Amino acid sequence: MKAFTQLSGIVAPMDRANVDTDMIIPKNFLKSIKRSGFGKNLFDELRYLDEGQPDQDCSGRPINPEFPLNFPRYQNAQILLARENFGCGSSREHAPWALDDYGFRCVIAPSFADIFYNNCFKNGLLPIELPSSALDSLFQALYDNEGFTLNIDLAAQTVTTPAGQVYTFEVDEFRKHCLLNGLDDIGLTLQEADAIREYEERVKAQRPWLFGATASK
Amino acid sequence: MASKDGISKTLYDKLWEAHLVKAREDGSALIYIDRHIVHEVTSPQAFEGLRLAGRTPWRVDSIVATPDHNVPTSVTERASGVAGIEDPVSRIQVQTLDDNCDEFGILEFKINDQRQGIVHVIGPESGACLPGMTIVCGDSHTATNGALGALAHGIGTSEVEHVLATQCLVAKKMKNMLVRVDGKLGVGVTPKDVVLAIIAKIGTAGGTGYAIEFGGQVFRDMSMEGRMTVCNMAIEAGARAGMVAVDDITIDYVKGRTFAPNEAQWDEAVAYWKTLVTDEGAEFDQVVTLSGDEIEPQVSWGTSPEMVVPVGDTVPNPEGEADTTKRSGMARALAYMGLSAGQKITDIHLDRVFIGSCTNSRIEDIRAAAEVARGRKVADSIKEAMVVPGSGIVKAQAEAEGLDKVLVEAGFEWREPGCSMCLAMNADKLGNGEHCASTSNRNFEGRQGYGGRTHLVSPAMAAAAAIAGHFVDVRQWLK
Ligand code: SF4
Repeated sequence: MKAFTQLSGIVAPMDRANVDTDMIIPKNFLKSIKRSGFGKNLFDELRYLDEGQPDQDCSGRPINPEFPLNFPRYQNAQILLARENFGCGSSREHAPWALDDYGFRCVIAPSFADIFYNNCFKNGLLPIELPSSALDSLFQALYDNEGFTLNIDLAAQTVTTPAGQVYTFEVDEFRKHCLLNGLDDIGLTLQEADAIREYEERVKAQRPWLFGATASK
Repeated sequence: MASKDGISKTLYDKLWEAHLVKAREDGSALIYIDRHIVHEVTSPQAFEGLRLAGRTPWRVDSIVATPDHNVPTSVTERASGVAGIEDPVSRIQVQTLDDNCDEFGILEFKINDQRQGIVHVIGPESGACLPGMTIVCGDSHTATNGALGALAHGIGTSEVEHVLATQCLVAKKMKNMLVRVDGKLGVGVTPKDVVLAIIAKIGTAGGTGYAIEFGGQVFRDMSMEGRMTVCNMAIEAGARAGMVAVDDITIDYVKGRTFAPNEAQWDEAVAYWKTLVTDEGAEFDQVVTLSGDEIEPQVSWGTSPEMVVPVGDTVPNPEGEADTTKRSGMARALAYMGLSAGQKITDIHLDRVFIGSCTNSRIEDIRAAAEVARGRKVADSIKEAMVVPGSGIVKAQAEAEGLDKVLVEAGFEWREPGCSMCLAMNADKLGNGEHCASTSNRNFEGRQGYGGRTHLVSPAMAAAAAIAGHFVDVRQWLK
């Protein structure tokens, strides 16, 4: 998993509440066997004017000129500003996969759906909760300033505007540790690799039939 | 669970302790996984995750793979292997499983390998799953393997990746529940009826948070395949794991299977397996008892596996239910199922019959269906009655016994092995509003096809329903 330490990046708006996982990545793209490549279908129904098909080349599709992610000023955005209850809906991890694949590293919202919030940390995305009033000011600053960026410092737990306004946010210590060090659940378990190997050696002596039986067939 | 004397342990306690790599401070633990069974639907993203992170499987010899969820089961579509799969998504999934297994050197029973079959059938059948093992698979019916005296449960895709990469699962210890069924089952009453009766009694959430051990005389007398049918549906009672203690029936079953311990290790293994029973004096957090003598053939009438009644009963009336949430759930189920309260179960007419799935597709199930079908004919009103063996080996065995002929003569279709209409990911599906007598494990809305109406029953009951065109008490035919 990618570590998240500091980020200075372009910001894009998703200015509506209750953006659900189906909106983030519509159901018909979930049959894929992949976990990468969902970026081109992020917000598919809002972004394009036609109906998307899995595995389709999206470069020739008619885009919705009114959808902010299609505006030239928000290209290459890495930070998404959003509203209440972002990520509600299904428990599948496709939503963070799609955001990550598109290039987002951070979503800032007044609140998130629980499972989505958890899934973000598992996938190297940082979800930041700030009060609604802070979001109001940030949206305003974003609309007023083309090329608006934010600086995010996970270690210091701060979001800083170009004008020098600093917002602090809360994050669980353990999750912060994992994200700062790029540790996903697997990375964490692999820190115990010695204990796993010791266990294997012990069991190999006691119950040898558990090992190797399928290797020769 | 602390026992009265502090020493006695349940079977589950023993299995847990034998696989504990490390207890973590937050109450979770790293549990070592002995056997990982992999199929085409829940594994592709796990393998891709491994590759993206530059990881490789921790222990390749712990993994056995096979495609089952969406392989076609018709003889013609199956004939040309992967390339012949018509549905593009299914084809890509099966192909991807092949590619991943080839890349990492994983043992796979490929689509037309005789050893291919439903994950939970091929595990015990090949001896890849053994007593005392921890067994996981990305399908919630993995508890089937608990019949061997093993700790087996289903996992999600991210856990599949975790087990591939680390050979461990992060888990929390569950509580212990004993479901004891004493007495003796009557003729025509099968393991499927036992487990449906258990679910009817404790409800679909009754086992949530528990590992269930099935004990009592009925299970001591039951064959291994029957025990698998029961453990298979532990999840329908809310429990991630179900298990049965090891006895001579278990050991006889394992003996001689391809991946069973070799001769040099056999005695040692058996001595260990014999310890895999709950100690006298061990305490369970909860005990539920049923009398085997009282269990009758069961039929589900609703859209949840707890909505089940004996075949001689009528469809229950929601008005009789005091709990308002339950009452409205029942009313909704009746509307979806197109049934009315008070209707006799034996008056429910069927459109299709499905005998198969990891619950009931083993040789004993096929025999039970064939016994009922022998010399009889599927009713004209039945559009399709299919029998889908759980593996190529089950299929070959059934054919060696001539059961396929009996079934085909009676008007059943005899298919290639796979999950088939259990979840309708392939072409085998119910039409909107169609009633199906099914030996599978889930009767949720749309499970067997959009608008499909599933009635869960045993293989003998399903075969009898196919012949009569409606449900019948199969005991009347077996006297
Ligand atoms: S038969 Fe049904 S329940 Fe069993 S493994 Fe296949 S899909 Fe899952």
